[in-house]
Amino acid sequence: MTTLTDDVVAARSPWSGVIPAGGTITITDLGGNQAVDCLLFDAYDHAERYCAHTTMAAQRNIFLTTGSVLRSNEGREMLEIVDDTCGRHDTIGGACSQESNTLRYGHHTKHQHACVENFLYEGSKWGLGKRDLVSNINWFMNVPVEPDGTMGIVDGISAPGLRLTGRALRDVLVLISNCPQMNNPCNAFNPTPIGVVVTDS
Amino acid sequence: MVADTPNRPSGSGGSTATTSAARNHARAQANTVVRGMPTVPATAATDLPADVPAHDVLWDEVLEAGEYAAHVLPRGSVLRLADLEGDACAHLALHHADLPSERLNLADTTKVQWQMYPTTGAVLLSDRGRVLAVILGDSSGRHDTICSAPNQADHDAKYGDGRVEGAAPNARDRLIVALSKFGLERRDLPPTISFFKGVRVDADGTLRVDDVPAVAPAFVELRAELALLVSVANVPHVLDTRSTYTCSPLRITAWRGEATAPDDPLRSQTPEIERAYLNTDDWLLGRSS
Repeated sequence: MTTLTDDVVAARSPWSGVIPAGGTITITDLGGNQAVDCLLFDAYDHAERYCAHTTMAAQRNIFLTTGSVLRSNEGREMLEIVDDTCGRHDTIGGACSQESNTLRYGHHTKHQHACVENFLYEGSKWGLGKRDLVSNINWFMNVPVEPDGTMGIVDGISAPGLRLTGRALRDVLVLISNCPQMNNPCNAFNPTPIGVVVTDS
Repeated sequence: MVADTPNRPSGSGGSTATTSAARNHARAQANTVVRGMPTVPATAATDLPADVPAHDVLWDEVLEAGEYAAHVLPRGSVLRLADLEGDACAHLALHHADLPSERLNLADTTKVQWQMYPTTGAVLLSDRGRVLAVILGDSSGRHDTICSAPNQADHDAKYGDGRVEGAAPNARDRLIVALSKFGLERRDLPPTISFFKGVRVDADGTLRVDDVPAVAPAFVELRAELALLVSVANVPHVLDTRSTYTCSPLRITAWRGEATAPDDPLRSQTPEIERAYLNTDDWLLGRSS
């Protein structure tokens, strides 16, 4: 196994890269309680991409952790979580956007930076656009669902140094937004850098 | 030679040896009535809600198991999905007809409203922070924002063959074909919501199918707050455990109406919904629809 890239992604910034089949991606929460929004695409067919819903239905659970297999909208396996020191991750909460921020917090947040801005900019480097954005993964984000269906982003369960590793089950393009949100506890109100290490098989 | 053509519809009768005979044969097939078909013109629809005049009907169609349909509806129209016999599952995609890159966003819909289980009064939000539709009525309460539309792999595993041309067509590919007829592509299909099959989440995250018994008929009514491309497939829920492809008929009816008025309490239910309507109003400034 050879390290292909070893990056520190600054707070509020995007990242993208291709994980070769059999290779791994390790994401480390360097500062603690840092939400990391993430989308996966088949490296050769970008219309086939991570589907949160297919993934949740297949594992009959909304939380992602070790053993979870992230599946595409065609039902195929894309990435398996092989190590997770945090414990669980979200995939129902979606990505923050300028537009949804105006609903959640008020129109004064319209010009704050947001994950959809990162996804659109970073995705444009790969020919991806708005129509390619779907429900994403939120690594290290804590979103419980109560018995009456009430859900929400609450204080995190992550800490500095916690990490997860995924093993690619095909060649996968990974798009990341190191979440800049300042209006809820997903980043402990303090966006911080993350580590992203990619290896081959 | 043609008398034994194996693909001729049973009961259609007659020769197809010449163009004239073939034309007569083709025309003799008209006026056949099946359950899964559209009413054309839609204004000929019957068995409508008491307050809906037939001349306002824009769309009336029944989908049998595995069937799909799509239609553009003007702002203000009401879309009624009816589970006629208690075992339908309506997979719904919504796109803003005037800006098709804007579409239903399930994550924003649930997150912004702090609620996974939508019912009467809930709005379906776009990815641009606007209201696509509001749920005006819901006699079922069994819906799903988590599992979305089953794909071919799901159906291959459960029914042996999930191809759209097979006996157990999958919802995802049906909806892709529906969108393609409006110039859209595979990547334009967003995660879909499904009605009439409820999924619930336990505290540890486990999903379970709602065990509340189905009532039939059941309906959901949505009001379009923007011009919408509505795409629907009637396909068994992905967590349906039956090994036979089971889905009872779904009726779709839509009629002309007025968008939610500025002083309607539906708009002021919560601060989040109020701002979503303000954003919708903002889009409409200077536009006719």
